[in-house]
Order: sequence, then structure tokens, then C-alpha cells
Amino acid sequence: MRRILDTDTAFRWFCKAGAIVGLAVAIALVAVILKESMLALRTAGFSLVFSAEWNPADGSFGAAGALAGTAATTLLALLMAVPLAFAAALFVNAAPPNVAVPVAHALDLLAAIPSVIYGMWGLFVLCPLLQSVLSRFGIEYTGFGLVPSSLVLALMVLPYVSAVMRDVLAQTPVALVESAMGVGCTRWEATWDVVARSRKAGLLGAIMIGLGRALGETMAVLFVCGGVSAIPTGLLDGCTTIAATLANDFAEADGVHKSALFALGGILLAFEFAIQATTIPLIGRRSRK
Amino acid sequence: MQKKKNKIETKRLNFFYGDHQALFDNDLSIEANKITAVIGPSGCGKSTHLRVYNRIFELHRGQRAEGEVFIDGKDILDPGIDLLDLRRRVGMIFQKPTPFPMSVFDNVAYPIRLHFKASQKEIAERVENALRGAALWDEVKDKLRESGQALSGGQQQRLCIARAIAAEPEILLMDEPTSAIDPVGTLKIEELMDRLRERFTIVIVTHNMQQASRISDTTAFFYKGSIVEVGPTKLIFTNPRNKLTEDYVSGRFG
Ligand SMILES: Nc1ncnc2c1ncn2[C@@H]1O[C@H](COP(=O)(O)OP(=O)(O)OP(=O)(O)O)[C@@H](O)[C@H]1O
Ligand SMILES: [Mg+2]
Repeated sequence: MRRILDTDTAFRWFCKAGAIVGLAVAIALVAVILKESMLALRTAGFSLVFSAEWNPADGSFGAAGALAGTAATTLLALLMAVPLAFAAALFVNAAPPNVAVPVAHALDLLAAIPSVIYGMWGLFVLCPLLQSVLSRFGIEYTGFGLVPSSLVLALMVLPYVSAVMRDVLAQTPVALVESAMGVGCTRWEATWDVVARSRKAGLLGAIMIGLGRALGETMAVLFVCGGVSAIPTGLLDGCTTIAATLANDFAEADGVHKSALFALGGILLAFEFAIQATTIPLIGRRSRK
Repeated sequence: MQKKKNKIETKRLNFFYGDHQALFDNDLSIEANKITAVIGPSGCGKSTHLRVYNRIFELHRGQRAEGEVFIDGKDILDPGIDLLDLRRRVGMIFQKPTPFPMSVFDNVAYPIRLHFKASQKEIAERVENALRGAALWDEVKDKLRESGQALSGGQQQRLCIARAIAAEPEILLMDEPTSAIDPVGTLKIEELMDRLRERFTIVIVTHNMQQASRISDTTAFFYKGSIVEVGPTKLIFTNPRNKLTEDYVSGRFG
């Protein structure tokens, strides 16, 4: 009796310690970012986010281009990935096991590929391909920028979104599907009008997970974005993202430049945090129902 | 000899879940505009039998029916049959209410929009009629825009009945429609069924002997995948021919 109590207490403290360390690290991280970005906030101020003039050598730190690039690549990537992920999730849930299981494994494998590999693939395969295809239509294109960035991101995000969607859809009560089919729906009508609608929160959560990943992705984008700090105005423009800027600049940055990078990191962190905070209740809801 | 008007005529129906046979040579005639109760111990194949009539079992891999099921003289197991129209004509109510994730109004309007070309005004009329038909109109007429899933369990079940009625079916299949509903809600649904029999042919699976004897005209007793006895409900409950039936209706097993 005594022994059980003792191990219980020890285990409880062990868990508590883990939680406390996690929380402490998070707080310390935020504190460091805040402290380090103060200098840039004081010198550059609002121009940090409203100016697109990024020229560390001249001391101009306007990251509007990176912000816009992040938003554009993420949005385009989701636009491509979400419908595909939904289709793949439906397919895996509906196909016979001997087809569904390999496809599911292939998707999971896609998720296991390190992002540098995606970047290299983009750099060595995708960009030259885009360049040569467009040149055939008489369009001169560097091959770098919004298009390959969002394509690579879409590919990276696809398996995550699809896996969550798959789980979410699999939780649909069978009787609900049968009732929809029972009033004379086609499969698609039942899926779209009834199943997707009833799983709306979870599906949205899946999209948010993709959003979170796409926003923060660094290496893959760094290789193919072109490193253009201006605000992109056309699909074929080069671009950059917050994460790519951080990875690219940090090694040789100091002073205000370094501080500006910390500020950008803080912005990214704030977005990611907001996404996490909205996603957890969305995904959590499905397990309760 | 005059032939009775049978809405559904099942002949030598066998059913398989993969290799497992669940129904054995079921023969059953179901009269039009009557309530037929399907009773029997758990696992005897009542749901399985019912789920053949609208071919909903086909959603699931490995499930297969053999034999013939004639509805209005047409074999619905024929692969050439129009499945969507079959399911419009043969509505199904499940054990747990399954309102769609939409408003009360849209729940009922959904099958109407699906199957008929109707103007907004017509749709509204038909929705009202269906809700009245399901004895739900007075309770929901002020909350048509609210979610169907926010109604009480009994109301949700009547909403599902309204949704089925809205498709203008000929047959209503009900698989233990009141087993998840409180007594007051159950009573309302039973009263409703009594009125629905004028317009529809109803087949109901129930574990509740009182319910079967209260509302049905004919009762079929299933046992281990076979139909042991079919007859007028009164007779089945007071003077069954088969010993198994007698034991079951008198509560000696089940
Ligand atoms: N999806 C399934 N896969 C395999 N076997 C099944 C499946 N559904 C039912 N069965 C089997 O078929 C037989 C008949 O089941 P069915 O659900 O029709 O019984 P039931 O009479 O409706 O029972 P209950 O009164 O419990 O609802 C049972 O032996 C059951 O185990
Ligand atoms: Mg059953």
C-alpha cells in the first residue's frame, strides 16, 4: 500500500516537472525574442512591417515583402493542397483495403521526407522544369518564386492535411452516411452535403494544421523562392518568406539586422500560436462527439 | 382465388456478410398500407432483412443478397434498377435519430430539392406538409431556421420521419425507431405511425412486444436468420402455431 502511494507521488512529480520545464522553455523563448527584438522595434518601428525596403547594408529593415510572400505562398499552397487532401482522404476511406492501405502509406511516407529534400527536389527538378515548360510558350521565367514555393509547400502539407481529414471523416457515424444515402443521395451528395458538413470543425482543423506547417516551413522554400525581398505582384515573381529570410540572414546578421530578424521570428511565432490556439478546439471536438 | 395486394414480395432471400450467412431462404409478403412488425431475438437478422429493401447494405464491402425482392412486382435486386429512385420510394428510419447537420427546414427540404423540381414556394409548402405529417409542425414552426440537431431526441426522430415523408415514399422502413426515445416521445411516434399507415406501407423492427402488438397488423417472427412464423399480429401474440414463437412472445427467451 505504502509503496504504491510513493511511486504514485513520484510519478506525479515527474509529470509536473515535465510540464513545468515545457512551460518555462516557452516563456523563456518568448522573453528572449521580445528582448532581442526591442532594438529593431525602436529604430525601425512600424516600417518593419509596412515597408518593403529590405536592405540590411543601408540599415533599412522593411519586411512587408517577406510577410506578403509568406501569405501568398501559404495561401496558394493551401488552395492546391486542400482539395487534393480532401479527395485523397475520401479515397483512402472508401477504397478497398488492398488499394487504400498502400496509398495511405505512400501519403505517410510523403510526410516523412525531410524538408531539405523537398527543397533540393524543387531546386534541381521543379524549377528547371517550370522554366523550360514556360519557355516553350515563349515566357521567360527564372523558375524561382511564388509558383515553385507554393507547389513545394502544397506537396509538403498535403499528407498532413489528408491524414487529419482521413481521421475526421472516418469518425462520421455510419448511420448518418446511411441516412443520407437512404434519402436517395449519390455518394458525392452524401459526402459533400451531409458528411463534410457534419465534420466541418474537424476538416477546418485539418486545414489549420496545413496552414501552420506552410507558414513556418523554411528549408524547402529557401531553395526555390528566389530570395526577392520585394512584395510579389505576379505569379511569376520571385519572393521570400519570413522563415526563409531568417534562415538566410541569421548567420551574418548583427546589431539592428539581428534584432529585426528576432522581431520577424516573433511575428511568425505569434501567428503560429494563434493557429494552434484555434486548431486545438476544432480537432478536439471530434473526439468528444 | 383473389390475390391480396402485396407491396413487397420476398422470395428465397439469402444474405451474406462475407462468408457468414445471416439470412436463410426468407419468404415474406408485406401488404400495402399495413404495418408489419418484425420481431425476434437479438442477432436473428431483422435489421439485415430490412436493409435489403432499400439496398442500403450495398454501401458496405462484402455484404451480398441473393434471391428476389419484388416491390410492386419489380425485382429490386436487379442490378439495372434505379437505386436513387428506389431509395426515394423506400424511406428508412434508424434506431438513433440522424438529423442532417442543417436547419430543421433544410433537413426536410433536402430530399425535396434532391428529387423534385420545385419552386421555393412549393418547397416551403411541402416542408410544412411533411412536418405536419410527422406531427412535428406545431413544435418546430417557430424554429425552422434552427439546427435540426438541437431538437429533443423524440423530435429529431420525427424530423427524420418528416424527412423521409418529404421524398414522397411508398414504403417506410423503421429499425427500432423508438428504442432510443423516451416513453412520451415513443407514444407520439406510435400514434403517428397509426396515421401514416393510410399513406404508406410500414415495416418496423422492434424489440418491444407491446409495441408490436399495439401498432402492427401483421407480425413476422425471425429466428437465427429464418422466418419462423408470419401472421396477423393478434394471432401471433395469442395463438402462435410455432413453439418457438410462443416462447419468444411470452418472454421465455430473447
Ligand atoms: N456488419 C456485419 N458484419 C458481419 N456480420 C454481421 C454484420 N451485421 C450483422 N451481422 C451478423 O448478422 C446476424 C444478423 O444481424 P442483425 O443485425 O440483422 O440482427 P438483428 O436481428 O437486427 O439484431 P438486433 O436485434 O440486435 O438489432 C448476426 O449474427 C450478426 O452478428
Ligand atoms: Mg437490428
